[in-house]
Amino acid sequence: MGEEEGLHQTPLLDTMFVRGLKRKCFDGEEDIEGTLAGIKAIPSYNLQRQSLLDMSLVKLQLCHMLVEPNLCRSVLIANTVRQIQEEMTQDGTWQMINTQSTGQTSLDRLVSTDILCRSSREQAEGKQVPGYSSFNKDFEDDQTQDSSETMSTSSSVQTPRNLQSNVWEMENPQESRGNFQKSLDQIFETLENKNPNSVEDLFSEVDNSYYDLDTMLTGMMSNTKMGHCDGLETFSSPTTATSNSNCKSDLNELDHIVEILVES
Amino acid sequence: MGCAPSGAVLQDPAPDIISTVEFNHTGELLATGDKGGRVVIFQREQESKQQPQRRGEYNVYSTFQSHEPEFDYLKSLEIEEKINKIRWLPQHNAAYFLLSTNDKTVKLWKVSERDKRPEGYNLKDEDGRLRDPSMITTLRVPVLRPMDLMVEATPRRVFANAHTYHINSISVNSDYETYMSADDLRINLWNFEITNQSFNIVDIKPANMEELTEVITAAEFHPHHCNAFVYSSSKGTIRLCDMRAAALCDRHAKFFEEPEDPSNRSFFSEIISSISDVKFSHSGRYIMTRDYLTVKVWDLNMENRPMETYQVHDYLRSKLCSLYENDCIFDKFECVWNGSDSVIMTGSYNNFFRMFDRNTKRDVTLEASRENSKPRAVLKPRKVCVGGKRRKDEISVDSLDFSKKILHTAWHPSENIIAVAATNNLYIFQDKVN
Repeated sequence: MGEEEGLHQTPLLDTMFVRGLKRKCFDGEEDIEGTLAGIKAIPSYNLQRQSLLDMSLVKLQLCHMLVEPNLCRSVLIANTVRQIQEEMTQDGTWQMINTQSTGQTSLDRLVSTDILCRSSREQAEGKQVPGYSSFNKDFEDDQTQDSSETMSTSSSVQTPRNLQSNVWEMENPQESRGNFQKSLDQIFETLENKNPNSVEDLFSEVDNSYYDLDTMLTGMMSNTKMGHCDGLETFSSPTTATSNSNCKSDLNELDHIVEILVES
Repeated sequence: MGCAPSGAVLQDPAPDIISTVEFNHTGELLATGDKGGRVVIFQREQESKQQPQRRGEYNVYSTFQSHEPEFDYLKSLEIEEKINKIRWLPQHNAAYFLLSTNDKTVKLWKVSERDKRPEGYNLKDEDGRLRDPSMITTLRVPVLRPMDLMVEATPRRVFANAHTYHINSISVNSDYETYMSADDLRINLWNFEITNQSFNIVDIKPANMEELTEVITAAEFHPHHCNAFVYSSSKGTIRLCDMRAAALCDRHAKFFEEPEDPSNRSFFSEIISSISDVKFSHSGRYIMTRDYLTVKVWDLNMENRPMETYQVHDYLRSKLCSLYENDCIFDKFECVWNGSDSVIMTGSYNNFFRMFDRNTKRDVTLEASRENSKPRAVLKPRKVCVGGKRRKDEISVDSLDFSKKILHTAWHPSENIIAVAATNNLYIFQDKVN
């Protein structure tokens, strides 16, 4: 499905609530099988949440590269990341994100996060969608490349519990979650680390394509006009220029960095 | 109240982004600090009968370099020279005193006038060269002769090396002997006479930095009770502390927090609840706090919720994700009381600033821009349109310029004169009377 391209160009629809959108809470669901095809490229809640997570992590790393990071800003971003992580862990979606290797770039996932701006009350006014069955569909719809091992795992699952246990068989969930938490704390720790060289060490093994993201993001942040989330289109153009191998590595960049942080 | 620009826009040849604005206790002087470490002081003209229309305009009185960029060799980090805050001391004699601070160092400056100079020295001639004592045959008494007014600023004290984190606030105590400086995690109490030590009165640094989830964002002494002060946090809370209770005021005497509205919760809830400024009313009975979207007035006797809440720019609530993306959500707006505590003012984007009358509950949005501010012309109220249909004079939310933010404003202590800093321009507006 070509939904990824549509996601980049999604205008900021602040008040419109799209039918069949993936919901935070999974009670009272209805089948959205037919409606997903009809969705006009509005990113799902999960995708937007993931996008917010990615954006936040990039922001935290950007402030490592600044001279002396603003501690208040870093704390607020880190708290946001923790919130997202906690919610994703409760959803069980955290493991799914970690284990997929679809080749979809993390840049592509920096899509409109407008639905995250809406309060839970506003979201509750819309229709409910099913839980994991639609969740699987989201993945199927959103992936561009093969991810057969994860997809087969998720599609075979019928209930949340099965999903979790299946995924947890693939890798140790506590570890990966703990790794993330630890990497977050380590990122945070370096904020007051008196030895700046360690910050450089953290990134010494990172693929240079990640720095391209930084430049783009910096350029985007300096454009303080209300760039709807159309501004996110700027992400898609550079990535199309890069090779597929870069795209693949970008996706796992987060995991890669997590590993480096843990091992360092 | 009709706002009329007075003296138009005050600009100097090398404008830098203004980072703080503060009237002194009489309103005669207005100090600004900028990103380049400079302080510019304006003085109000004496009103003269000959020129009644020039009712007390502000002109440049003194300019000096307060802070220079420094380099922290231990951390290999640069220390910015940007002036974060200026606070005046009350006047005791002919000289003026103010505190100015950057991220790390607070300085006490003395600003004094010199309009006479001594002439007729015995041991040196008019050029200042020393005379040969053996050549002196007569003695005379030097006399003071008038000279062109010279305003000089001299640093009298430098309070350094007491802050690991970035100083966000300074506040002069009502005893006029001490003041406090607050950074992200600690608050220190200083005596004006002692520069090599300070008392740490608040410390919220966790033993393990990984557990850090909250920082201090602003702090201020009570205007009358020299033992009491408040500090605000990034989680939207305010703590009132009493220094008589303990040397380290880690336990608050009062804790102000509004319960969260669960229906309004989003991933950005915490960020927009972070308090960027806290100010006591002149009466000392209320505190005002500014978070990203609102200004709140709290009664010191009621901790569980604010007395009044004013929406500054609620139309941004649905744009929080974009504002997070471009970092605008982290902008720290200040807020100020008028002299009688009846009106509060704060800034917004697009060079807008807002005033709220606490008694009439009316509010107004005004714009500080050259195009709209001809001298003596009354400012026209502005309106942001949120719905679909935009009226002629309104501006739509999507057209707002988020690079034009008014973070710093000041209100004259007794008159309706306000100073508004719009990036690198300073606007002074007066109430239109007569």
